[in-house]
Amino acid sequence: MLLIRCPYCEEERPEVEFSYAGEAHIARPADPSQLNDEQWAEYLFIRTNARGIHYERWCHRHGCARYFNAVRDTVTDKLQMTYKAGEPKPDAIGPSGGDK
Amino acid sequence: MGTGRNTTIIRSNYLYDESARIYDHALDLWDGLSQELNYNVMYSKRGVMMLAHNVHDMQSFHRHIHANRLNGVDNQWLTPEEAKAYCPPLSISKNARYPVMGAALQKKGGVARHDSVAWGYARAAAALGVDIIQNCAVTGIKRAADGAVEGIETERGFIATPKVGVSAAGNSSVLMEMAGLRFPLESYPLQALVSEPVKPVFPCVVMSNTVHAYISQSDKGELVIGAGTDQYVSYSQHGALHIIEHTLASICEIFPLFKRMRMLRSWGGVVDVTPDRSPILGKTPVPGLYVNCGWGTGGFKATPGAGHLLAHTIAKDEPHKINAPFTLDRFRTGRLIDEAAAAAVAH
Repeated sequence: MLLIRCPYCEEERPEVEFSYAGEAHIARPADPSQLNDEQWAEYLFIRTNARGIHYERWCHRHGCARYFNAVRDTVTDKLQMTYKAGEPKPDAIGPSGGDK
Repeated sequence: MGTGRNTTIIRSNYLYDESARIYDHALDLWDGLSQELNYNVMYSKRGVMMLAHNVHDMQSFHRHIHANRLNGVDNQWLTPEEAKAYCPPLSISKNARYPVMGAALQKKGGVARHDSVAWGYARAAAALGVDIIQNCAVTGIKRAADGAVEGIETERGFIATPKVGVSAAGNSSVLMEMAGLRFPLESYPLQALVSEPVKPVFPCVVMSNTVHAYISQSDKGELVIGAGTDQYVSYSQHGALHIIEHTLASICEIFPLFKRMRMLRSWGGVVDVTPDRSPILGKTPVPGLYVNCGWGTGGFKATPGAGHLLAHTIAKDEPHKINAPFTLDRFRTGRLIDEAAAAAVAH
């Protein structure tokens, strides 16, 4: 089970308090009516699915109930950092954990 | 690999016409597979029973049964008493937290031995002159100036070929990216576990969407148990213990006699899930590159069908009419094949 630090509660809590909410930093189209089918497919369905560093959203469902972002290595499942929603995308700490 | 370690369930009771055709095609091929491979894959049509625990389950299962029967796919409704008669360990107590209100039974469904399927296919392929290179990762897909496939880079050197078929389960999107393609896939850990072996006690496969578990007994005597994926994208090949606790709580709820069974081992694999829970099987935008992916948590059942259809697509450079709807392009056109309900507990 992951231990996740909620950046609002400023506490490290077990994964069962949280729910995963998919990849982070996917911006809703500013002008949806201007998008063609290909751009809609990209927005709705295409994901990075990174093998390595992954930016993702979590919700502290059974705590403060707020959404925040996290940086995690999907090979080791090690969480590098969490940060509040709306904050800029940080750089990952070093390369991914020994992925081949 | 779909034939890697898994819970070996085979069924074809999916909702939509496209799915009925592809999964029933596979089911038909399971029938003669042992003879064709000259290897006993231990395919056992012991029946797959899906439990209904509330009014919504009953309505959606009836819809599935009717849709299946219109498509010529075997499926029937059982009362709780009939379900208990088919699977005696089942508790149909009215006092259960989620009482059994009925079940959908696909009698043609069942299990096969996953190792035998892999070994049988490998031996039959080798006999036809196919080279199988194990423990050798693909590191790149080389494309010519016109975009077409020229070959693949591997840890042990370059293989020149105008046609490449990718069947890489949880790592499909990693391979597709080597050809410059982004796919609508996310990879999750899926866990399963087996108990210590006991004498034959469990005659069929039982699945429950509502309490989240599925179970059968292998020919070795182990209870084979699975449930849903972990919630986050991961390639780590292991999941969290609370998922297994949840699964076993469900099993004990439906089958109280298993409360004192000891579990022997658990494992996690990486599965590639599409937004509509249906596979992508066919051509890609890159000439010469073919893909068989997105089977999510339930690809084993389709093994013979997926193999046949991928081979057909590669040989003819066009899809078979059965896999023609399972394109990558459906995520652009919106013509999805949404099997979120029929895909059962696992998503």
